[in-house]
Amino acid sequence: MTEADASTRTAASGDRAAAPHAELIGATRSESHRLIESWWQELTESEQSGRPVANVFVMGSLAEILRSFDIPMSFPEITGLQTAVRGRSMEYLLAAEDYGYSPDICGYVKVDVGLHLTGREHPNGRLPEPALAIAANTCTTYIKWAEIWERMYGCPVFVLDLPGWRGSGSGPGAEDETFRNDVRYVEGQLRELIALCEELTGKPFDVDRLREVMGEVNLLAGLYRDVIAENKHHPAPFNAMLDGINYMGIANAYRGHPEGSRFMRVALAELRERVRLGMGAIPEEKFRLLGVGPACYAQFRRFLELFAEWGGVFVHSEYMGYAGGGIDEGIEYDLDRPVESLAEQILLTSVRRMSGGIFFSQEWQAEVVREWDIDGICFHGVKSCRTVSTGQPDVREWQMRNHDTPGLFIQSDLVDGRLWSEAQIKNRIDAFFEALASRKAALRR
Amino acid sequence: MSAQAQLSELLDGCRALIEDPEFPAVRRWLEANRDGRVLGHFQVYFPEEIAHAAGMLPIKIAGGGTRVQIRQADARIAAFVCSIIRSSLELGLSGRLDFLSMFVTHPICDAARNSCGVWARNYPTMRCQVLYFPHNARSAHAVPYLRDEYERIAHIVEEIAGRRITDEALRASIALFNENRALLRELYRMKRETPWLVTSVEAHILARAAGLMPREEHNALMRRALELLAERDAKPQDKVRVVFEGGFCEQPPLDMLAVIQDACYVVDDDLLIGLRWLTDDVPTEGDPMTELARAYFDRSSYSPVQRDPSKPKERMLIERIQSAKADAAIVAAAKMCEPGLEEQVAYSRALDEARIPHLVLEFEEKMTVFEQVRMEVETFAESLLFEFA
Repeated sequence: MTEADASTRTAASGDRAAAPHAELIGATRSESHRLIESWWQELTESEQSGRPVANVFVMGSLAEILRSFDIPMSFPEITGLQTAVRGRSMEYLLAAEDYGYSPDICGYVKVDVGLHLTGREHPNGRLPEPALAIAANTCTTYIKWAEIWERMYGCPVFVLDLPGWRGSGSGPGAEDETFRNDVRYVEGQLRELIALCEELTGKPFDVDRLREVMGEVNLLAGLYRDVIAENKHHPAPFNAMLDGINYMGIANAYRGHPEGSRFMRVALAELRERVRLGMGAIPEEKFRLLGVGPACYAQFRRFLELFAEWGGVFVHSEYMGYAGGGIDEGIEYDLDRPVESLAEQILLTSVRRMSGGIFFSQEWQAEVVREWDIDGICFHGVKSCRTVSTGQPDVREWQMRNHDTPGLFIQSDLVDGRLWSEAQIKNRIDAFFEALASRKAALRR
Repeated sequence: MSAQAQLSELLDGCRALIEDPEFPAVRRWLEANRDGRVLGHFQVYFPEEIAHAAGMLPIKIAGGGTRVQIRQADARIAAFVCSIIRSSLELGLSGRLDFLSMFVTHPICDAARNSCGVWARNYPTMRCQVLYFPHNARSAHAVPYLRDEYERIAHIVEEIAGRRITDEALRASIALFNENRALLRELYRMKRETPWLVTSVEAHILARAAGLMPREEHNALMRRALELLAERDAKPQDKVRVVFEGGFCEQPPLDMLAVIQDACYVVDDDLLIGLRWLTDDVPTEGDPMTELARAYFDRSSYSPVQRDPSKPKERMLIERIQSAKADAAIVAAAKMCEPGLEEQVAYSRALDEARIPHLVLEFEEKMTVFEQVRMEVETFAESLLFEFA
């Protein structure tokens, strides 16, 4: 544990006697609800007014460019997740399977296809017809998914190639020739997207508007990084697998919008107040966990309870990195050369947080375990997503072998409740916590 | 020895080679080339000329089929990942690929790309690489980017081989592989035009051997095989002509292909499409690396794992069916294969619209029971024979 960590552990205790700022506690959740409702309202109104909407994904949304053209963004991963949390994903999954999609493909794809096949009526509102789809290669399923909309609606599909982590011995740096080549490619593609947006909206590209949007992303990313860092405190003021979803949702839907950074300030203020008061995410924090992979949203409450019952709290999650748009370590766009800087930064975030950050993330995880004082790692493999799940058992093994970090590996799904096997999952979670408890007791002795 | 006996011997040798998980042809090459280095590349396509020009032996890593029992890989890779990813890793973990100096995979799907992380963790001294093929295929910047990416791979190959890749060497390798692709095209012409001369299984094992032996040897083997097949005394039968689609990555077991060929002539397919990805000769003039990159886009086939708006996959499949004068299609997908299963729906819908009869199948490389497949294929073929009668 570093000195800085020691100070974060004790910072809370000194000022606890001061009166709580009641208005701060719970403010984040209210703001999140308000903003998500407002986002839905914009999508629904866009459909009614004929304003073009882009379907985009959380890893490589290109919100900076779209927002500079005032194009609203629909995120099917977010809308898919919402159907599961509301207990409605099954009806859409079945609609897609009736159409011919296999039980073995991504559930997010099927929920979305089901929504489109059944009139786009979502529990939160009406999904608009996409006028444009953007799919980065950060997840190759994005590309297949966008092709489905292309077939349904004939909308243009813009695929963004982001060459990611290249393999052993690789790592991007501005001095690296490969990185410079990649920047040229990505910048060229971004300029092609700008031309496509000009055509779609009939508006000329406004570089100053792009600078404004990118400046907002700089602010948002810095605040998002600070929010995550608050969980270094003991007890952790938020649950990365629960509250983290709200932070990520806003970080994506409001990326580049002043409301995004305003929300993160609200969240940060609440978290700091919670730290000051010693308010943890759960009543009694006993075990601090790193989550790798998303939760099971079809059984979201139960998923979290199984950990909370043992005093387990997710103080960090890898998901908050890549699914938060890769901004968890901050972004510093150079506003003097916006398009080039945008290309550089999304490449860097792609390599560090969205490709290598998923399938070669063992060193990042090890650092988080040290910095956030983590007791164990929970790897949750989801059938829907080979992007996040493929090598999880191997990383778990690696962490145990190289760092003696305990790891739990469980499997279910994001949105498909049929893959949730409670007895089996509970058994594994219980056994994991029993082992963690014994280990802690042994360390105390 | 009669021509028929020579052909049987040649085909038996190919079959033994592709069914032997110990890579005997590679081991023979290493015995003859003590300082030789081997590059293994996962499906679907890899510009093998780059490795060849540096004196390396490029081989295809395409799973273990029914001959490899997965023991260790299951503890490394999630259960709902397709078999080819797991069995390929098993080949490595079980020591059968200890001769590899370099492993390359591609973003054909999320599991294939991410498996590089697993390989890199388990083989810290091997160069494990992801070659990022563009999916934004019609970007004006895609060809220069891919040329740079090939150059990047070439530098690593040069380091490992200890030999510079000159333009002359690369052109010579392109010429060698052009010949190989031409021979494979000839094999497929034979399948389309005289399917009674070469069965689906025979064509597949002949093609598959290309990825497991030096290409010079394979060229010689193919030349002889084509001569012998052309002389075969076989008569056309009254069978339905079908195209098999869905073998671009994980390969169906040979016994499954045998079940299909019992009932149908498979007059074209996408089995191991990577070996035939380039559909025409790559020019041996000009900058060879640029020509290789350009050919990837402009002289190439199609598959569910490449996005190219100029090659809509349903249209390409229908063209394949029509140019092969096929009556119908078998639209298959490997179990747990995200791109294959997603494309299967689009293919099926497009074939419905075009009124082309088709059978939808799912397979796994390690399948050993084929009664269900036999029943489905026979019923399908019989229904078509009645329809066409």
